[in-house]
Amino acid sequence: MENVKETALFASHEKYGGKVIDFAGWALPVQYKGIIPEHEAVRTAAGLFDVSHMGEVEVIGEDAFAFVQNLVTNDISVLEDNQVMYALMCYEDGGVVDDLLVYKFSKDYFYLVVNASNVDKDFQCMVSNKGEFNITLKNISREVSEVALQGPKSQEILQKLTDTNLDEVKFFYCKRDVLISGVKCLISRTGYTGEDGFEIYSDNNNIASLWDKILEAGIEEGIMPCGLGCRDTLRFEATLPLYGNEISKDITPLEAGLGFFVKLNKERFIGKCALVKQKEEGLKRKLVGFEMKDKGIPRHGYEAAVNGEIIGFVTTGYYSPTLKKNIGLALIDAEYAEIGNCIHIIVRNKPLKAEVINKKFYNKNYKK
Amino acid sequence: MKVLKSLFYTREHEWVKLEEDKAYIGVTDYAQKALGDIVFIELPEVDTEFAAGDGFGVIESVKAASDIYIPIDGKVIEINEAIVDEPGLVNENAYENWMICVEYSDKAQVEALMSAEEYKEFCISEEE
Repeated sequence: MENVKETALFASHEKYGGKVIDFAGWALPVQYKGIIPEHEAVRTAAGLFDVSHMGEVEVIGEDAFAFVQNLVTNDISVLEDNQVMYALMCYEDGGVVDDLLVYKFSKDYFYLVVNASNVDKDFQCMVSNKGEFNITLKNISREVSEVALQGPKSQEILQKLTDTNLDEVKFFYCKRDVLISGVKCLISRTGYTGEDGFEIYSDNNNIASLWDKILEAGIEEGIMPCGLGCRDTLRFEATLPLYGNEISKDITPLEAGLGFFVKLNKERFIGKCALVKQKEEGLKRKLVGFEMKDKGIPRHGYEAAVNGEIIGFVTTGYYSPTLKKNIGLALIDAEYAEIGNCIHIIVRNKPLKAEVINKKFYNKNYKK
Repeated sequence: MKVLKSLFYTREHEWVKLEEDKAYIGVTDYAQKALGDIVFIELPEVDTEFAAGDGFGVIESVKAASDIYIPIDGKVIEINEAIVDEPGLVNENAYENWMICVEYSDKAQVEALMSAEEYKEFCISEEE
C-alpha cells in the first residue's frame, strides 16, 4: 500500500494479526480473527477498535456555542457541560456535509468528532462559516488517537484500569483527564455499535500501551481486537447511518430518517431553509429497512425495483451476523416505503424478492 | 496455506480434481482465507453448460461478493447442496467441500492448469 496514512497503532495491528487494508486513505485492519467472531464478541462481551482515523476539531472562544449552534442541525442549547450530542452538518441545499459528535466541555469550548474521509472538507466548511464569530478553530486530528471499547462488558473491563467511577459517566456524557492505567484520556460513553461502551481519546504516543492494557484487562471477559469490518456490520444492525451510504451530499437527514436530530424550530442553522421546505412539501424518498425473501445478499449500490421500474437503491446490505438473515437499508420512492410492501432488489441482474420491514433491526443495548 | 498434491489449480484460486471423465471444482484454502467468513454461495443448475472462463457461481463473504470461474469447458452434472445450506463448510475445509462436478472432454485444458508446486509459488508471489 502506498500513500496511506498510518495510525499510532499500526504496529499493534501487525502484532495482533490484523488484516490491514487501505480504508479511506488509512492503513487499518478490516479484521483480526474474522468479522463474525469479532461482531459476536462486541454483542456478547467486548471489542476494541482503532478509530484513530476519526477527525477532531476544537472550537474555542466566546462565540463557540453560537458558532456550533449555527453549524449543526441538532439543538446544542440543551447540552450540559461534558454532555455529548449526535448532529449533522448540512449544505445550504440540505445535503449532508458530515455527521458528527459534539462534545460540550463548556460554553466556550466544544470538541467536534467527524469522519476520517471528511476531515478536510469539514474543516474547510467550518472555516468558511466562521464569519464574525469570535472563535478559534483547530484541526487536531493528527495529534489525537482514538480507540473504541464496545460491548456489554466494556465498563467492567475499563474499570479495572481507572480510579474514576465509570458509573458517573452516563450515556452520551464525557469526562476529561481520566487516568487509564496512568494515561490521561478523554472518555465518553458513546459508540457506533448499538452496545454500551466508551470512546477513548489520547495522545498518539500513549495509545499503543493503552491498547495492550485494555486487551490484557479484558481477557477474562472475552475481549477481542476488532477491525473495521465488524464496525460496519454492527452499526448497520443498530441502524446507525454511515456517511456515503445512508447520508451524503445528495441525501438529506430527513430522507435518511434522522429528523430527530434536525431541530427545525431552531432560529437558524446552515441548510434550515431547504430542510423546512422539504418537510413542508413532503418527502419524495425514504430510507427503509428490508429483508430478502429470495436467496441473496443485498449490497451497497444495488438497485431496488417494483414492477420492473427502478425505485431506489440499497444504501447498506449484509448477511446480519446477529439476526442471521439477509437484510438491508434502501433509499426508495416514498410511495413504496410502507412496512409489509414487496419490493425487488436487483442482485447480479436478477430481481430478487424482498419485504419492507421496520428498520430497527436490532434493539440497542445502551446503559442509560 | 494448504495445497493438495493431486489437484490442478487456477490463478483465480480454484482447484480441479479429476475422476475419470468427471471433474470436481472448488476454491482453494488460500481463497477461503482471503475471503474470510463465507456467508452465501450461489451455484448453477445441473445440466448448465459452461465454456472455460465463464463465471459459474458466486461466493460471498460478509464484506463482498466474488465470482467463481470455471477453468475448463464442461456440463454440470452435480452441485454440492451442502455448501449452499452451510457456506461456512468451505472455510472449514476448502478441498473437501467442492462446489460443482462437471463432465469434461478436453484434457488439454486441464493439463494447462497449474500443478500444486506451481500454485504454491504463485500464491507466494501474490503475497509480495
